[in-house]
Amino acid sequence: MTLPMYDNGLLSGLLAGFLFGYVLEGAGFGSPRKLTGQFFLRDWSVFKIMFTAVIVAAFGLWLFEVLGWLPPRAVFVPSLLVYGTFLGGALIGFGFILGGYCPGTSAVGFASGRLDALVFMIGMVIGSSLFAAVFDDIRGLALAAVEPRGLTLPQLLDVPAILVIAGLAGIAFAGWKLGTLVERRLGGPYGAEEVLESVDGPRGEDLQPLGRGSVQPAE
Amino acid sequence: MKAPPRPFWPPLAAGTALGLVLLLTFLISGHGLGASGFFARLAAWTSGLLMPDWATANSYFGPFLAGNPLASWISWEIVGVILGGLAGALASGRFRAGIEHGPRIGGGARLAWALLGGVLVGFGARLAQGCTSGIGLSGSATLAVAGFVFLAGFFGAGFLGSMFARRLWQ
Repeated sequence: MTLPMYDNGLLSGLLAGFLFGYVLEGAGFGSPRKLTGQFFLRDWSVFKIMFTAVIVAAFGLWLFEVLGWLPPRAVFVPSLLVYGTFLGGALIGFGFILGGYCPGTSAVGFASGRLDALVFMIGMVIGSSLFAAVFDDIRGLALAAVEPRGLTLPQLLDVPAILVIAGLAGIAFAGWKLGTLVERRLGGPYGAEEVLESVDGPRGEDLQPLGRGSVQPAE
Repeated sequence: MKAPPRPFWPPLAAGTALGLVLLLTFLISGHGLGASGFFARLAAWTSGLLMPDWATANSYFGPFLAGNPLASWISWEIVGVILGGLAGALASGRFRAGIEHGPRIGGGARLAWALLGGVLVGFGARLAQGCTSGIGLSGSATLAVAGFVFLAGFFGAGFLGSMFARRLWQ
């Protein structure tokens, strides 16, 4: 068996997706209150979990390469776009704080029973279609990419990958400690029971008309 | 009374598990995890149904519609995400049907903001050619500069937006 297997079939997708969804749900990332709590500094799970995952996977890829189990540059590395990467990231950050999800977490929110996640997904289909509608007008700006394609931090900084990973781990560790201090001071992080209390049931008696306040007590 | 839900996983356990799932995905498929690509394909497919002439002539959707836009690894992956999320939520007592919203807004307003947020995220993900999963998480795991630039935009705009969106959530 050679790695990567480059298996892009049905079972490969189902397996990767199932584990991804199961872990995201366990992390609490099906809850828009927990997710957006990051930006109010009350719940640092997004920072902690994303950074940990990046470091674990980056270290694993490095280890597999060093041991000769994975050829160098065998996995897909996204290219930096001149405008698109930062602007697109910012639009997603802005949409996330308004809508409560990003694309992957909306699928998990939907799987956890959230109607707002389904509406968010409909919004994404509309947003993707709007992009397609204006694509010809913005094509040059949207597709402009920085050369070389697939530029990595070790290439850019001219340092070994393991040093970059160690640096990231240092930043993550410091951010983790700071986050734990801040979130406790602000009454976080959100637990499962607390976020489930902010879900209005399907029977409708809890639903408020547009613009009116909810009957739930303020925190 | 329902039994209380099981607590979420500790962040270190969840992050480590997510990293291992991502590593496994790289080894199996040669690329990382994603999500927004599915919604782009779903948009192409929907447009092909509702406005077939426009969609096939459109320079972004047209190439998708040369075949079945949904026949792709990312579609199977999203089906898996929903099944995995459902299994986790049911097993832990965390499945709850309804609208999740902050204490100061109602369900109707929450849905309106969810739709608007989804539109911005859908557009932004096409602009960035990926989302928090594909570029932010998977890209950063390959140490791609794009991953970190994406995350800078994502966190920067999120914190900026939170100054105006506090009422929605807190």
